[in-house]
Amino acid sequence: MIKAILIFNNHGKPRLSKFYEHYNEDIEQQIIRETFHLVSKRDENVCNFLEGGMLIGGSDYKLIYRHYATLYFVFCVDSSESELGILDLIQVFVETLDKCFENVCELDLIFHVDKVHNILAEMVMGGMVLETNMNEIIMQVDAQNKMEKSEAGIAGAPARAVSAVKNMNLPEMPRNINIGDISIKVPNLPSFK
Amino acid sequence: MALKIVKGSIDRMFDKNLQDLVRGIRNHKEEEAKYISTCIDEIKQELKQDNIAVKANAVCKLTYLQMLGYDVSWAAFNIVEVMSSSKFTYKRIGYLAASQCFHESTDVIMLTTNQIRKDLSSPNQYDTGVALTGLSCFVTPDLARDLANDIMTLMSHTKPYIRKKAVLIMYKVFLKYPESLRPAFPRLKEKLEDPDPGVQSAAVNVICELARRNPKNYLSLAPLFFKLMTSSTNNWVLIKIIKLFGALTPLEPRLGKKLIEPLTNLIHSTSAMSLLYECVNTVIAVLISLSSGMPNHSASIQLCVQKLRILIEDSDQNLKYLGLLAMSKILKTHPKSVQSHKDLILQCLDDKDESIRLRALDLLYGMVSKKNLMEIVKKLMLHVDKAEGTTYRDELLTKIIDICSQSNYQYITNFEWYISILVELTRLEGTRHGHLIASQMLDVAIRVKAIRGFAVAQMATLLDNAHLLTGNVQRKGICEVLYAAAWICGEFSEHLENPMQTLEAMLRPKVATLPGHIQAVYVQNAAKLFATVLKSGEGSADSTAAQEMMIERLPLFVQSANLEVQERASCILQLVKYIQKLQQKDVEIAEEVIALFAGELNPVAPKAQKKVPVPEGLDLDAWINEPPSESESEDEQPKAIFSKEEPKHSRPRHTEVDEKELAKRREARKQEQANNPFYIKASPSSQKVYQEAPGVEHIPVVQIDLTVPLKVPGLPMSDQYVKLEEERRQKDRADKKKKEKKKRKEKRSGRGKKHDSGPESEEDITPAHMVDIVTEEMPENALPSDDDDKDPNDPHKALDIDLDKPLADSEKLPVRSHRAAEVLKSPAEDGDAERSVSQEPKKKSSKEKKEKKKDKDRDRKKSKEEKKKKKHKHEDKGEDLLGGQEDEPVVQSEETSEVAAPPSSTTAEVSDLDFWLSNAPVPSNTQGAATVAAAAAADPVPEAASGAAPDSEPEEPKDTEAEETKSSKHKKKKQKKEKEEKEKKKKKKHHHHHRHSDAGGEESVQNGTVEEEEPLPPMSNYCLLAENSYIKMMLEDADQVNDIQGNLQDGSQVVVSVIFENKCESFLKSMEFNVLDSLNSKLQRPEGSGAHDGLTVPFQLPPGVSNEARFVFTMQSIVMPQKLKGTLTFIVKNEDSSTHEKLDFKLHFTCTSYLITTPCYSDAFAKLLESGDLKCSSVKLEGISMPFHHLLARICFHHHFSVVERIDSCASMYSRSIQGHHVCLLVKTSDQTVSIDAKCDEPTLLGNVLDEIKQTFSQC
Repeated sequence: MIKAILIFNNHGKPRLSKFYEHYNEDIEQQIIRETFHLVSKRDENVCNFLEGGMLIGGSDYKLIYRHYATLYFVFCVDSSESELGILDLIQVFVETLDKCFENVCELDLIFHVDKVHNILAEMVMGGMVLETNMNEIIMQVDAQNKMEKSEAGIAGAPARAVSAVKNMNLPEMPRNINIGDISIKVPNLPSFK
Repeated sequence: MALKIVKGSIDRMFDKNLQDLVRGIRNHKEEEAKYISTCIDEIKQELKQDNIAVKANAVCKLTYLQMLGYDVSWAAFNIVEVMSSSKFTYKRIGYLAASQCFHESTDVIMLTTNQIRKDLSSPNQYDTGVALTGLSCFVTPDLARDLANDIMTLMSHTKPYIRKKAVLIMYKVFLKYPESLRPAFPRLKEKLEDPDPGVQSAAVNVICELARRNPKNYLSLAPLFFKLMTSSTNNWVLIKIIKLFGALTPLEPRLGKKLIEPLTNLIHSTSAMSLLYECVNTVIAVLISLSSGMPNHSASIQLCVQKLRILIEDSDQNLKYLGLLAMSKILKTHPKSVQSHKDLILQCLDDKDESIRLRALDLLYGMVSKKNLMEIVKKLMLHVDKAEGTTYRDELLTKIIDICSQSNYQYITNFEWYISILVELTRLEGTRHGHLIASQMLDVAIRVKAIRGFAVAQMATLLDNAHLLTGNVQRKGICEVLYAAAWICGEFSEHLENPMQTLEAMLRPKVATLPGHIQAVYVQNAAKLFATVLKSGEGSADSTAAQEMMIERLPLFVQSANLEVQERASCILQLVKYIQKLQQKDVEIAEEVIALFAGELNPVAPKAQKKVPVPEGLDLDAWINEPPSESESEDEQPKAIFSKEEPKHSRPRHTEVDEKELAKRREARKQEQANNPFYIKASPSSQKVYQEAPGVEHIPVVQIDLTVPLKVPGLPMSDQYVKLEEERRQKDRADKKKKEKKKRKEKRSGRGKKHDSGPESEEDITPAHMVDIVTEEMPENALPSDDDDKDPNDPHKALDIDLDKPLADSEKLPVRSHRAAEVLKSPAEDGDAERSVSQEPKKKSSKEKKEKKKDKDRDRKKSKEEKKKKKHKHEDKGEDLLGGQEDEPVVQSEETSEVAAPPSSTTAEVSDLDFWLSNAPVPSNTQGAATVAAAAAADPVPEAASGAAPDSEPEEPKDTEAEETKSSKHKKKKQKKEKEEKEKKKKKKHHHHHRHSDAGGEESVQNGTVEEEEPLPPMSNYCLLAENSYIKMMLEDADQVNDIQGNLQDGSQVVVSVIFENKCESFLKSMEFNVLDSLNSKLQRPEGSGAHDGLTVPFQLPPGVSNEARFVFTMQSIVMPQKLKGTLTFIVKNEDSSTHEKLDFKLHFTCTSYLITTPCYSDAFAKLLESGDLKCSSVKLEGISMPFHHLLARICFHHHFSVVERIDSCASMYSRSIQGHHVCLLVKTSDQTVSIDAKCDEPTLLGNVLDEIKQTFSQC
C-alpha cells in the first residue's frame, strides 16, 4: 500500500499532497516538513530509499523518492510494495506529467494542482497502484479533459476569455516564471517493462 | 433561466479562480496568512451563492488551501453540494475535495450515500470512475455496508476501466465492512483471470494485500497464483505474486519446494532488476521456510548470495541498498554463506550514503561470531574515529554495543577487552549515548563476577580522570558513565587497589558541577568506600585521613540544590561524625559500618515485574473499598478517603516468606541457571578449572598482564587485548594439541595481529577466564512469555475470515430496498425472505439482521444435533436400521444441503492444494493418458476451483451420492461439457482431477477429527523401493488415477510415483524404467513400443538432486495383491568416464492401492448396506493404544477410506475400488480392542484389504 504521495520543491513548499489515510491538517503539514527535512539533506547520488519517517507508519514503511530539477516526488509505502517498482512508478508519473503538460515545470504543478491530482487518480487509487501503462493513463486523462471542455461550452467561454486576458495583463507573470522555469528533465531510465 | 446562467458566468469572471489565488499568494509572500484569510472570507461568500459554478470554483480553491494546511472541514456540506452537481467538471472538483478532507468522523458523509450510488450507476463511465476514486479515500463502515453490493456489481461492468477501479476499491470496502469479504470473494477470484490485464493486476493487488495480513486463508489460491506466475508477463503482477508467495511459504513448506525452480528460472532470465530482486527475496523466504528437514538447497542459496553480491557491487546506490537488505534476510538462516562476503560488507561501511552504511551495520550485527567479534569491532572502532556527524557516530556506538551484548554476551570471550572498548567509547565527543555505555558497564560488572576486579580498576582510572569527560560542555551526555563508574567502585570497593585515591576523586569539589543524580551516586558510594577503608585498618592513617576528608568535603554536597544529594550528604556526614565520636571512645566499629552496605544486589530481568503472576483469589478490578457515594459533600471527601485508605496498608502481605522458603528458591534458581544455555559454565576443555564458590572473594581475579598499561583512559587499550586474546587462543590451542599429539598434526600458527583464525572452530575458543554471567532474576513461577504485541486495533484482524467455506444463504451483501418490506417481514418468513428480500441499509436493521442470523444458526445447529442423535440411535439398533433414515431426507433436504456442504468443499479446496503441492510435474509421455482419464473423471467441486459466482454454488455434487445411479449419467454429460470447456486448460484440469482423488482422504480425516483431541502424528506414504550407492528410489503409495465410469470395459489404471534421488557425486542420465509385465498388470507404454521395452525417465539427475516420475499401470483383476519385478538402468557420467548401472526392484501393489477415497454420505451408505448384496467379514485388532481419531486417520490415510460418520468410539467408513467395488467398514473400539466389521461385494478383495489393515496396525 502507498500511504502518501508528496511533491514539494527544494524549499519544502508543498506542491501536491495526497494522503491515503486521514490525518488532520496540522499533522499533514508536519509530515511534509519532516519528510522534506529528511530528504533534502541527502546528497544527489545516494540511494532513493529512506527508513524512519516516524510520523508515518513506522518500521514497516519506507520513503521512496526521486528528485527532478526543483521538485521532490516522495512516496511513502509499506513493505508490500516493491521498492524498485515504486521508483519506476514515480518515473511513469513524471513522464505522464511531462506529456500532459508538454514539458512540465514546477509552475505547471503550482497552478494546476487539480490537474495533477486528476492524473494521479488514474495511476494510484486509494493507496493501490491502479495503472502503470502511460498510454492508458494519458488516454483516460485526455478523455476526461475533453468531456470537461465540452461541458464548459458556451457558458465556459467568457471565463476562458477572462483568464486569457488576466494572463496577458499581468506584468508579474514573467517574474514568476523564472523561478521554476527550468523544466523538469525526465532522464531516460532503463524501462521497467 | 438562460439569462441567469450567463449572468452567473459573468459574475464568475470577476471571481478569483484557483490560478488567481495561487498567484495572489505568491505575490503576498510577506503577509501570506493575512491574504489567505481574506481569500477564505471571499470563498465563504462564494459558497453562499446559488450558482454551482461559483461554488465549485470556491471548493477548488479550498482544496488548494487544504494542501497548505488550512482546515476546510467547515465547508464539508458545500463539498457535498458540488459533488452532486450533474456536470462532470464540478463533480470531479467535489470528489477531489472530498477525498482530500473527508474522513470517518465527517458527519455530512452520510448524506452522500445516495449521491454516490447514483454516480456509481451513471451511464457515463467517468462519473463512475470519479466516484470510485473519491470513495476509495473516504469510505466509512456505513458507506461500505451500503454500497458494497453496488460496487460488487461494478466488478462485472463491461468497461475494464470501471472493473479495475471497482476491484481495487473492494479492498477498502473489506477493511471497513469485513462481512462483505466472503460474499464478494468468489467474484474477486474470478477477476484474477479477467481478460483485461489492468483488471487482473488490480485483482492480484487486492488479494495480495489481503493475503499479506492473513496468509493462511489464501493458501488455497496458491495453484491459481502459480499459474498466473508462470503465464503472466506483466512485471507488476509478477512482483505482487512473488511477494505474495513470500508470505505464503512460511505456512506451507511444500509450496516453497515447488516455487524454487520457476523462481530460479526467473532469476536467470529476467532483465528487470525489480523482478530479480523480488525473486531473490522470495527464494530467501522459501529457503527460510525449508531450512529444517529438507535436503540442502545450497545451490539456490549460492545463487541468491551471488546475485545479491552483484547488486551490492553495482554502482547504483539503490541496488546496493536493496542487496544489503536482502542479504540480512539470508543471514538469519544461512549465516555461513553471508560471512564469506564480510569484506564486501565492511567495504560498504565506507560508503558515503548513510542508509547504506546503516544497512551494512545491521548485517554486521548478525555476522559476528566468537571468532571474528574482536576483528569486526576493531574495524567499527576505526569508523567511529573517522565518522563525521554525530548521528552516524552514535549509530555506530549503539551498534557496537548491540553487537557485543547480543544474546547475553554470547560472542564475547574476553570481557577485559569489552570493558576497555567501553572505556574507549567514553572518549567520543558529543555522544548522546552516555547512559547506554553506563548501563553496559554496570551490567557487565554486576553479571560477570570475574571481571569485577578489572572493571573496578578501570572505573577508578575513569573517576580519577573525570575532568577529561566533564571538561567540555559538549560532552554533557558522556558524564553519565561516571554514574556507572562511581557505583562500580563503591559497590565492589573490595577490589580497589587504592581506595583512598578513588575516595579523593569522588569528593573533589568539581563533582558538584555534575548533574544531581550522579552526585547522589558519588556521595552514596563515597560512603561505601569509606566503609572499606575503615575495614582495611581501623585507626590506621588511611582511615583517619579518609574520615577527615569526608568531614571536610561532604558539607559541599550538603549545600547542594539537589534534594537527593543534600539528603544523602547530610545523612552520611552525620554518620561519619558519629563514627568519629565512637572511635574516640575506642569502639571497634568497622564491622558495623561495613554491614550497612553488605549483601549483593542481583540484576532483575526487565520484564520481571510484569510477569509476576496474579495470586489466586486476587481480583485487581474489584474495589478494595466501595467508592465514596456521590451524596458526600466535597469538604468531607478528602477526610473520607484518607481514613478509608488505612485498612489497605494493614492488609496482610502476601510476599512474606520465611528463610527456609528463600533458601529453597535460591536452590531452585541455581538449578535453573545450570540448565540455562546462556549461563556460561566451565568448559571441560578449559585448563583453569576454578572451583565454584559462592563468595566473590574466591573468584580469582584475572591476572592482568603487565604489558597492558592501565594508564589514562584515552589510550586505545582494546587493541592490546585483541593481541592478548590472540595469543591466549594460540596458547590454548597449543596446549590442547599437546594433549592430543597423536591425533592432530601441528597447525601452522600465525604470528602477529592478523593471525589467520581460520581452522579454529567456534567451540575451540574458550573464554579467557571463568565468566560467570549472573542471570537476571525473575519472579518465582513467572508466567511464560505472552508478549503478543498485536495491535488490537489492526483493521486487518477483522478480515481473518475463512474464505473456503461456501456461502451460507444469510451471507449476502445488503441491498437497498424499501423499509416497508423489512418491517412487515415476520420472523417466520425470515428464512425464505432473506434470500430474495434484502435489508434497508440502516444500522438498526443490520443489528436485527445479525440477531436473526444468530437465531438461524442456532436453529441449524440444533437440528444438526438432533439429526446426529437420531442417527446415533439408529446405529445402536443395528446396521439394518440405518436404512430407516430414508423417510427423512425430504424433510431435511434444506438442512442437509446446508449442513453437508461445508465440509465437502472446504476440504476439497484444502486437499486440492495438498495434492497440487505434493504433485511434481508429470512426465510428458504419461501425461497424455493421465490427462484423458482426468478429463473424464468426476470432479466433485468443479465450480469451487474454477471460481464460479457464489449464486451458482454447486447444488448437484451435494446430493449426488444419494442417487448415485441416476446422477452418474447426468454427471457424465456434464463432464463432457466441461471437458469441452476446459480443453484449453487441460493442464489445470488435470490438477483438478488429481485433487479429487486425494480429496476424500483429507476430508475423511477431517470428518473423523472434528473435535480434534490432539494433533495427528505425521504420516508419510513414501517407502523405500530400492537403493544402491548411486541412486535411491522411493515409492509413493500408489495414487490412483482411474476411470470411474468406464472401468470395467477399459480395465483400470494405477499411477505409481517414484522419486529418484541421486546419491552419488556424478551425473545420472539415460534412466530407463522397465517392469516385467504379468498377465494381470501391465506397464503402460507409449504406442508403438514393444511389450518389453523400458520407459525413459524424462529427466536427468545432477548430483544430490531428486525428482519424481509417474508410471501408469493397467490392471485386469484387482482382488489380489500383486508383485512386479522391474529394473532401472542408467548411465553414471563422471568427468572422464561413464558407466552403465542397473538397479533391480520389486513393485508391490497392495489391494489397498486399488481403493480410492470416495466420499459417501450416510444415507447413501445406509442404502448400500441395506441392499444386501455385500458380503460380510470382520477382524479384531488387539492392543491398539492410539486415540481413536488417530486410528481413523491412519485407516483413511493408508487405506484410502473416508469416514462416513463417527459417533464416539464408533465410526463407519467407506471406500471404493477402482473397479467399482464398495467397501464398507464399521470400526468400533473399546479399551485397546478394535473390531472392524466389513462388507464388500468382492470377498477376496475384502479379505486382502482387512489383512492389510491388520498389518498396518501390527507395525505400530
